[in-house]
Amino acid sequence: MVHFENVVKRFGDLEVLQGLNFQVQPGERVTLIGPSGSGKTTILRLIMTLEQVTDGVIWVEGEPLSHMRKGERLVAANEAHQRQVRKKIGMVFQQFNLFPNMRVLRNITEAPVHVLGQSKEQAHTRAKELLELVGLSDKADAYPSQLSGGQQQRVAIARSLAMSPDILLLDEVTSALDPELVADVLDLLKDIAQSTDITMLIVTHEMGFARDVSDRVMMFDRGVIVEDGPPSQVMGDPEHERTRSFLKAVLGESQG
Amino acid sequence: MGWNWETAQELWPLLMEGLRILLLVTLISSLIALALGLVVALTDRSAPRAVTMPLFAVMEFIRNTPVLVQAVFVWTAVTMWLGTAASPMWTGAIVLGVHYASYTAEAYRAGIDGIPKGQWEAITALSLPKPRAWIAVLLPQALRRSTPALGNYVIALFKEVPILSAIGVTEMVRQVDGYAGLNYTGALEGFTIAGLIFLVVSYPVALLMRKLEKRLAN
Repeated sequence: MVHFENVVKRFGDLEVLQGLNFQVQPGERVTLIGPSGSGKTTILRLIMTLEQVTDGVIWVEGEPLSHMRKGERLVAANEAHQRQVRKKIGMVFQQFNLFPNMRVLRNITEAPVHVLGQSKEQAHTRAKELLELVGLSDKADAYPSQLSGGQQQRVAIARSLAMSPDILLLDEVTSALDPELVADVLDLLKDIAQSTDITMLIVTHEMGFARDVSDRVMMFDRGVIVEDGPPSQVMGDPEHERTRSFLKAVLGESQG
Repeated sequence: MGWNWETAQELWPLLMEGLRILLLVTLISSLIALALGLVVALTDRSAPRAVTMPLFAVMEFIRNTPVLVQAVFVWTAVTMWLGTAASPMWTGAIVLGVHYASYTAEAYRAGIDGIPKGQWEAITALSLPKPRAWIAVLLPQALRRSTPALGNYVIALFKEVPILSAIGVTEMVRQVDGYAGLNYTGALEGFTIAGLIFLVVSYPVALLMRKLEKRLAN
C-alpha cells in the first residue's frame, strides 16, 4: 500500500531521513512516534507530495509516487503524475488549514466537485453526512473563523474524508488544540478507525490514542526506525533504551 | 485681486466639466491599473524567468520615471506614428493606468505572499487543480489583503490626473488654467474650488480604506 524504498531526504546539509525502508499494509493503522526532528512529519509530507524525496522511491498502491515509469526506468515524477497518485491520499494538518473564505459546507464540497467531478447535489449530500458524523450538522453555513479549534479540526477531517481517500495522514492533529478540545477529536478519529478500513499513518504525541487506535507503532530517532511493532510491545515493553527514555519523557509530560 | 464670487460662479460649469473628465480618466486608469497589475503579479508567480526578468525590468522602469515624462513621450510618439494628434484623454488614461499597474502589481504580490503556507498545502492535499485553486481559494484571500493598498493607489491615481493636463486632458486644473489664461483672473477661485472638490471626493474614500484596513487587521 505504502512502501518506502531507501528514501533519503535532505534539507540542505541536514539529512532528515537516511535511507528509510518500511511498508504499510492496506487498512493498517501505523503511528509514528519519536522526538521532534526525528523525521516523522517529513514522512507524511513526502507521502502527501508536500516535499520531494532526495533519493529513493516511495510506492503508493504499487505506483511510484515520487517517480513515474518511463519504459523500464523510473524518472522523477511530474506534477500531473503526482496529482493522479495523491488523489488516493488525504491529510489532516496540525493547523487545520481550512479555507477561511468559504463556508464549512463548501470547504467540504470544493474538492469532490472540482477534483472528483461529483455533481453539486452528490457532494452536498455526502458533506451533510460527514458533518453529521463529525457532530457539526448545525455549522454547515458557518465560516471557519466562527468555529473553535476543535470544531475546525473536525471539519478538516470531514473535508479529507469527502475525498474518499484510501490513505489518511494525520499530522499532529491535536497539537494546536486547547486541552479540553483534544478528546472530542481523538474520539472522532477512533470512530473513523473502527468504522472504516482506511489506511492511516499517524504522527501524534497522544500516547493513549496511539495505543488505542494503532496496529503498529514505529519509533523514530534521527531519521531511522529504532523500533517497530505492535503498540503493546513498542509502548508496553520497548527493547531499546532510546524508546524507553522517549516514552518516559512524553508520558511524564502528559501526566505532569 | 480678492475673492470674486462672480468669477467663481462663472468657473463652476467649467470645473464640473473638468470633474467629469477627471472621474472618467480615474475610472479608466483604475480599471487598467487593477486588471493589469493582477496580470503582472500572477505572471510573476507562474511564468519562467525568461518572462519574469524582462517584466521586472519594465515595471522598474515605469515605477522610476515620472508619469509626466511617460505621458508626454507616449502622446508624442503615438501622434507621430498616427500622423494626427492622439486623443489626450485616452492616451493619458492608459499611461496613468499602466504606471499605476506597476504599483498595484506589488500590492497584489504582497496579498498573495501573505497567504499562509497551510493554504497551499491544503490545496495540494486536496489535489485542487491550479486554476481552480487560484479562483476559489487564493485570489479571494489575496484580494482581501490587497484591497486597502489598492484603494490607496486609486486615490493617489485620482490626485495625479491633473498631471495629464500637460498633454491637454481637460480636467479641472486644465480648465482653470484655460479660464485664467483668457481672463487674467480666476486662478485663486478656480484652484481653491478645485482643491476642495479633490478633498470632497478623495477624503471619504480614504476614510473608507482606513476603516477597511482596521477591520482586516483584526
